[in-house]
Amino acid sequence: MTKIMMITKEGEAFLARIQEISGEAITACDQCGTCSGSCPMASEMDITPSEMIRKTQMGQQDVLSTKAMWLCAACFACTVRCPRGIDLSKIAEALRQISLRQAVDHIDIAGIPAPERARLPQIALVGAMRKFTS
Amino acid sequence: MRIGVYVCHCGGNISETVDVKAVAAAAEQRPGVVLARDYSHMCSDLGQKLILEDIKEHNLDRVVVAACSPHFQGATFMNVLETGSLSPYVFEMANIREQCAWPHFGEPETATLKSIELTNMAIAKAGLDESLNKKTMPIGKRVLVIGGGIAGIQASLDLADSGFEVHLVEKDPSIGGKMAQLSRTFPTEDCSACILSPKMADVPANPNIELLTYSEIESVEGYLGNFEVTVVRRSTYVDPDLCTACGLCEDACPVKVPSEFEVGLRDRKAIYVPFDFAVPYKYLIDESVCLRLTKGGEVCGLCQKACPKDAIDFSRKSEKIRFTVDTIVVATGYDIFDATEKKVYGYGEYKNVITALEMERMIVNGAAGTPIRPIKGRIGFIQCVGSRDEQVGNEYCSRVCCMYATKLSQLLKRSDPTREVYVFYTDLRAFGKGFEEYYKRAQTDGVKFVRGRVAELLEDPVTKSVTVKVEDTLSRQMIEAEFDLVILSVGLKPNAGTERIAEILKLTKSPDGFLQEAHPKFRPVDTLKEGIFLAGAVQGPKDIPDAVASASAAAARAVRLMNQGEFSLDPVLAYVHEDICDGCSLCVDSCLPGAISISSNVAQINETLCTGCGICIAACPLDAMDLHCYANDQLLAEVEAAISERRDGETRIIVFADDTTTYRLADNVGTGKLSYAPETRIIRVPSGTRATPALMLKALALGIDGVFVGESESKSSPYAGIGPALSRNIEQTRSILREHGIEPERVRAKEFVTIMLGGFVAQLNELTAFAENAGPVSEKKKKALKETLANGLPRAEAQVAQ
Amino acid sequence: MKPTTQTKKRRSTKRDDSPQPVHARSSRTMFPYYPGCTLKTTAQNFEDSALATAAILGIDLVEIPRWNCCGVVSSLVENDRMHHVAPLRNIIRTQEMIAERGGEIESRLVTLCSMCTNTLRRTNLFLKENPEDLEAINDYMSLEDNYEGGVEIVHFLEILRERGFDAVTNKVSNPLEGLNAAAYYGCMLLRPKDIGIDDPEDPTIQENLISALGAAVIDTPYKKMCCGSYQTVQDRYAVAELAYDILTHAQREGAEVIITACPLCAFNLDDRQKEVRERHPDFRSIPVLYFTQLMALAFGLGEDALGFELNSVDPRPLLMAKGLLAPR
Repeated sequence: MTKIMMITKEGEAFLARIQEISGEAITACDQCGTCSGSCPMASEMDITPSEMIRKTQMGQQDVLSTKAMWLCAACFACTVRCPRGIDLSKIAEALRQISLRQAVDHIDIAGIPAPERARLPQIALVGAMRKFTS
Repeated sequence: MRIGVYVCHCGGNISETVDVKAVAAAAEQRPGVVLARDYSHMCSDLGQKLILEDIKEHNLDRVVVAACSPHFQGATFMNVLETGSLSPYVFEMANIREQCAWPHFGEPETATLKSIELTNMAIAKAGLDESLNKKTMPIGKRVLVIGGGIAGIQASLDLADSGFEVHLVEKDPSIGGKMAQLSRTFPTEDCSACILSPKMADVPANPNIELLTYSEIESVEGYLGNFEVTVVRRSTYVDPDLCTACGLCEDACPVKVPSEFEVGLRDRKAIYVPFDFAVPYKYLIDESVCLRLTKGGEVCGLCQKACPKDAIDFSRKSEKIRFTVDTIVVATGYDIFDATEKKVYGYGEYKNVITALEMERMIVNGAAGTPIRPIKGRIGFIQCVGSRDEQVGNEYCSRVCCMYATKLSQLLKRSDPTREVYVFYTDLRAFGKGFEEYYKRAQTDGVKFVRGRVAELLEDPVTKSVTVKVEDTLSRQMIEAEFDLVILSVGLKPNAGTERIAEILKLTKSPDGFLQEAHPKFRPVDTLKEGIFLAGAVQGPKDIPDAVASASAAAARAVRLMNQGEFSLDPVLAYVHEDICDGCSLCVDSCLPGAISISSNVAQINETLCTGCGICIAACPLDAMDLHCYANDQLLAEVEAAISERRDGETRIIVFADDTTTYRLADNVGTGKLSYAPETRIIRVPSGTRATPALMLKALALGIDGVFVGESESKSSPYAGIGPALSRNIEQTRSILREHGIEPERVRAKEFVTIMLGGFVAQLNELTAFAENAGPVSEKKKKALKETLANGLPRAEAQVAQ
Repeated sequence: MKPTTQTKKRRSTKRDDSPQPVHARSSRTMFPYYPGCTLKTTAQNFEDSALATAAILGIDLVEIPRWNCCGVVSSLVENDRMHHVAPLRNIIRTQEMIAERGGEIESRLVTLCSMCTNTLRRTNLFLKENPEDLEAINDYMSLEDNYEGGVEIVHFLEILRERGFDAVTNKVSNPLEGLNAAAYYGCMLLRPKDIGIDDPEDPTIQENLISALGAAVIDTPYKKMCCGSYQTVQDRYAVAELAYDILTHAQREGAEVIITACPLCAFNLDDRQKEVRERHPDFRSIPVLYFTQLMALAFGLGEDALGFELNSVDPRPLLMAKGLLAPR
């Protein structure tokens, strides 16, 4: 990753699109980091949840190739704590949707080993399919 | 009637475009005009002398000057009339410079015609001018100051030192407020108690201050110059004249409760002095915990036995004290955010999570050699607790927490450099004098500032240390680190007592819950209630110097009203045609400042409270309400004169321009030489609501083609809350037009600020174009409208719903 | 001087619960009931214990006919009407049942699985707040009756709360004295705020139940922290790390069992203890029960209602050692 950030028209359009799909005022985020501190998966992520917002704010589309949005468990811990009343879970969902709407699945359910698949309760499988496949 | 008319050349500014001689000649033909002259500079000494001589020689009783905007030279000519022994209010100006010569520069014929009509309008209005005198009301020098924190103390001392009689009412047993609890002040690190206590001592020492502590306001009735105040002074059960504060009673008392002053970190007795520099320094009994006072009979009473002066009397009662004041200063201060509301930080549950106020007391007690608990190891401050947080309903910044945390953190670090001190913040706001330097000093001393809002705290069940979960947003790394002590930098919120005071005084609150100032820029310590002022943090979070500055400002604003023994009222006040009024009280409901009451079945105006907005006139179904200087018959006469020179096929638009914004905006348009539809005729009114539905409809019935109402944007309007009334007026007018088959779009309104030059021009041009396209209202429709008006507008329609 | 102080006070776990509605006083009450998929398979013990304990409390849970999967998770993007269809079909089934049974059944649909609760509630709230979307979805589902918006979704715990936990205590024949139980909420019972059944940062509803059953309440701030949810499908070790934090913190506070209301939380906290042990060999197992199993135990019910054989970490040795369960 280069240290130079490109500010582009496409970036503006990307931000506008994510704002539209999520219905959230992403530019109103003041980057306090409460979402990151509340996120159960943050320690597993390549970028922190607040950085996910920051990249989106700045129209940096490389956010789509990060792992973070796929690690969101939609637990809404960030939602109930954001001091600016922004729902990050919706922003992460919008980012996932950008990928999924191009019919690119994030996981292959069929590829899960049979014993493990048998062990998993339906809600885990259905939940994962809803969030990770198109 | 003997009217003199003077047409000014303005050194060519007017006369290069407008045929001033033609204007004067036309004026001379108008009824009541005895002479009309033109002159190069009416505002010059010679011009003024000309008017003065004419008043004497020709016995003038009205004067009209056709020149510039009344906002330029109106006051000059009014003084001339006073010198000539006339009322300054038998004077009108026709603004032929800003409204004719400048916007219609290069169109002499158009500009001249418009000038003639504007002058005719001024003449018509002047003919109906009343010979009013400036009204004055007597006022005394008595002030009520509510709240004895630093703001209340400062306001009281400023007022008392200026020779005013101050009644300072404080609900707690001592004055001093929150400042008394602080360790040191930022950024200078003065000892808070040391700089405050001399000021506190000055209060009872000042002969002009009556100090009422342990007292609460029960009621306030009346208005500027006549506020009747009732205060309840709670019983302390100790005779203050006998008590020498020897302390023997306290030693004897068996009851221990947490001390409010020490934020519960230490105990006090049921009989106590709030703190060691309290003013007054007298003992009092807390009746809610005293054994005798809660259980009755002969229980306990040890303090009474111990008192060598026999000062304790369990039968002492609270008392009501009544007095009258002329003005009021509200200084009820703030409270700190209740940290238990922010549950993720575990305050009240976790042993090692405290508030910054508790840390203040720990530092003071430590410095005094009586430490409360050891402070060591790793210490973290969490900023914005209860501030800038929609999850707790507070969007605002509390303004002081950044700097008090900067102060506390470096005091802790400097006194023991082995302490690891961290401050977790979202934005570090070091905006005041010396603040940035002070922030740098904390950083230099080794305090670590981490940019991230702490998400939650977790207490270790065994060690009781606290894990801080936060993102360092600058390095984009997650921190989960153990701390020995966490200090919550709690924000400021409106004091619970403020709520009651606002209700009693009928003051409005801003969305943050603090009290609302009259104007955020120019009247920051005034309220919308005449004679009531705000001092300190009751208006919003403030640090000490800002609170003191606002207190001094509030005192000065109160002095401004009282200093001359009388205050003058603008004569633009509502009045009642008592012969018409039937006491229906619709006007009472419409009046925003509550200036109208019904007495013996007739509306009465309290001239001190009336702001002259004119809302009540539209509310009255009988046309019994009117306004001095802008009376119904005067405005109608102006409308009639606005078509006095109309030639066939010409359009005429009346613009009712509120004096605060729209009239000045039109002046700015003229100064900018921006051209706009010359068919417009501007009539100056105090507020847009003065243009009543009846007046607008009458104008259309007379043959005016369109009516425009310009009003100040609500934020800059001196008449708070009139917006809905204006909309109702427009809606009612339009619905009646619809009923008569007349295009409702002929009546329009818009809120402006004084820089919206382009918007103003566009609005007037659009309406003029619309009226031109629509053509004149047919005679038949005008006749039907006249008949409706003659029967009076239906009462239900005229009603102004609040 | 008497400044308003912020003296520290311990928060009470008792909350002023909402007043009892009239119908709650009659001897038996019938509710429409939505089980959801998992309660018929890996969480059969949740359903068995719930139906049995509800019956003892005079509550008959009547399964709605022809129910379908709720979808487990809600769509979080704007204008995604499609994802409301599955939950809505279940709500329409409920509406039909209420219409057919007249006044004899409550107009509130009871759920047990917290994910189902969340998904159904979210759709119900969305449709009530957005009549245009409701109309569009009603049009789209032309073979179904129109949804009129009259159904409420409640969690079984809410029914217990509104009837008062004393009613629960009255049925306890085997008080759980000496048992330290920690409540685990996870996400879906609490968040977002307008969907949750309790204070999202300080819930107490399960603690009140634990007290009502005679056990000791162990409070842990981790009780509202996410277990990783469906992430268990793609990264079971990440979920195991979360389970490790949640479980060991409760153990440090003294917990001997953990109760939950979610089959997915139960899976992640109970089954995934295998993965926890792989990563943390020093980890001590701890049983994870459905809150209804704890009720069944306190009500003195038998194996059929308890269903402990489906629990991954067998609670029976502990309960027997405590004298709360008869040895076989």
